[in-house]
Amino acid sequence: MMSLRTDKDEKYTFNVDNVRKDFPIFKESMNGQPLVFLDTAASAQKPNQVIDSITEIYKTEYANVHRGLYKISETLTAKYEGVREIISDYINAEHTSEIIFTRNATESINLVARSFGKSFLKENDEIILSELEHHANIVPWQMLREEIGVIIKIAPINDEGEFIIDEFEKLLCNRTKLVAISHMSNVLGSILPVKEITRLSQAVGAKVLIDGCQAITHLPVDVQKIGCDFYVFSGHKLYGPSGVGVLYAREELLEMMPPFMGGGDMISAVTFEESTWAKIPHKFEAGTPAIVQVIGLGVAIEYLKSLGLEDIRKYEKTILDYATQKLLDIEGLRLIGTAEDKASVLSFTLDFAHPHDVATIIDGAGVAVRAGHHCAQPLMNRMNVAATVRASLGLYNTEEDIDRLVSSLHNVSEIFN
Amino acid sequence: MDSLRELYQEVILDHGKNPRNFTTPDNATNKALGNNPLCGDQLTVYLKVDSGFVEDVSFIGHGCAISIASASMMTEFIKGKSEDEIKQIFNKFHEMCTDEGIDKGSIEELEKLQVLSGVREYPTRVKCATLPWHTLLAALAGEKEVTTE
Repeated sequence: MMSLRTDKDEKYTFNVDNVRKDFPIFKESMNGQPLVFLDTAASAQKPNQVIDSITEIYKTEYANVHRGLYKISETLTAKYEGVREIISDYINAEHTSEIIFTRNATESINLVARSFGKSFLKENDEIILSELEHHANIVPWQMLREEIGVIIKIAPINDEGEFIIDEFEKLLCNRTKLVAISHMSNVLGSILPVKEITRLSQAVGAKVLIDGCQAITHLPVDVQKIGCDFYVFSGHKLYGPSGVGVLYAREELLEMMPPFMGGGDMISAVTFEESTWAKIPHKFEAGTPAIVQVIGLGVAIEYLKSLGLEDIRKYEKTILDYATQKLLDIEGLRLIGTAEDKASVLSFTLDFAHPHDVATIIDGAGVAVRAGHHCAQPLMNRMNVAATVRASLGLYNTEEDIDRLVSSLHNVSEIFN
Repeated sequence: MDSLRELYQEVILDHGKNPRNFTTPDNATNKALGNNPLCGDQLTVYLKVDSGFVEDVSFIGHGCAISIASASMMTEFIKGKSEDEIKQIFNKFHEMCTDEGIDKGSIEELEKLQVLSGVREYPTRVKCATLPWHTLLAALAGEKEVTTE
């Protein structure tokens, strides 16, 4: 077996034991056992830094933003707006005003479909999605199809779960107006060649939206290098609070796009005859935003940066490799998604037990995984499975977590065989 | 492990692995598709109903051990019973799966089906056990499809 940590380039200062101390949930038990949390792809656990910042704001400096002519409102507004800079820097946007806060990635995609899609696409224009999309990157486009008659085409993946760029290229033509595609699969862990996809798409004049929900947690994201027009993600998978998502869009597009929702905070002036819109990004943020969650997300990103993003990724790779090897040793286990380029997600089936039975039984051993179709039913059909068990990794997972998963899977085998 | 052993009893594992009446008949008078959108489990229940009595019943589909076992045991239990009896059994069965304070004496009439009472401890799995029963009621009512949501 190849040693995981001898390569000189693979060295890092990341210390998982210290990191785990930052996450209070790991002091808790589940069904009488220390918690093994393997469901970060659904939502990540939160470090004390994030939790404390939220409590602290509510205790000492809470007020609404963009309104109060008093000190604590001004301070909090500055903090809230400061997160735009943190995120802009994190994904290397050209302008801070290209960062829009939403409720989650789903809302970000719906915003693009409603605002950009409805205004700039027309009947028979083509949208390309991939076979591995999450329902959140399928349904909004189907709703748009209902409304204006766009055509949806599906770019295939191979049996390993890899995007087939040659087949994708064949779908592109001058009717292609939008390509909406995942950066990383939430079920298979496959990483898609988003830079190449973007280059090919823009060459035929299409705009490109990347769903970065999984990638943002595990991969470096540089929107200028990718060259995409839209990039979306949720805060809660990035160790931040739930209730905040991000839409990145290129400035010139945001300027052209009409508002998504109307209300306070997004206007310049209102009379009963007409209203004029605020400048971007505020044009897209109607009503009181998720103030404290946004600030919590900023804290989460600063926390990750303090640990060293490169080190986190290297560490996560060692755990993924360890888990892959350990799981493949289990008789009757089939890994679903074996892309060469993948990260932090292990989907599998056992030939002797259904994924739901597996999840229930290993829950008894304190192991939290997801079982089901993972909001990606078309992908399940493509891979010829009704459901899978999914173990997904975060920066706090250890080899011991994987050993506990493996031993709990032996419990399943004991019950069923 | 105790409540897990309670949930995954031999009888359930047996019915889960070797479901009874797992077939598509040619002479069904009623059929319905049951769907659990949360997990993707799907079952089709076929009935041959004559003068208010279920003369024959079978099912096909895919799902976890609990839903397959529940469907299999259901087909054995209801064969030959009247629609009214089946509705009463459904209510009792549903109560057994969901009501923690249920009096054990009151579900004795469910006989073998009582092995499924272990799902009470697992709220997320109750629908696995009740999906076939909801599908059965839909088939009796002449509905084509039912979901657990």
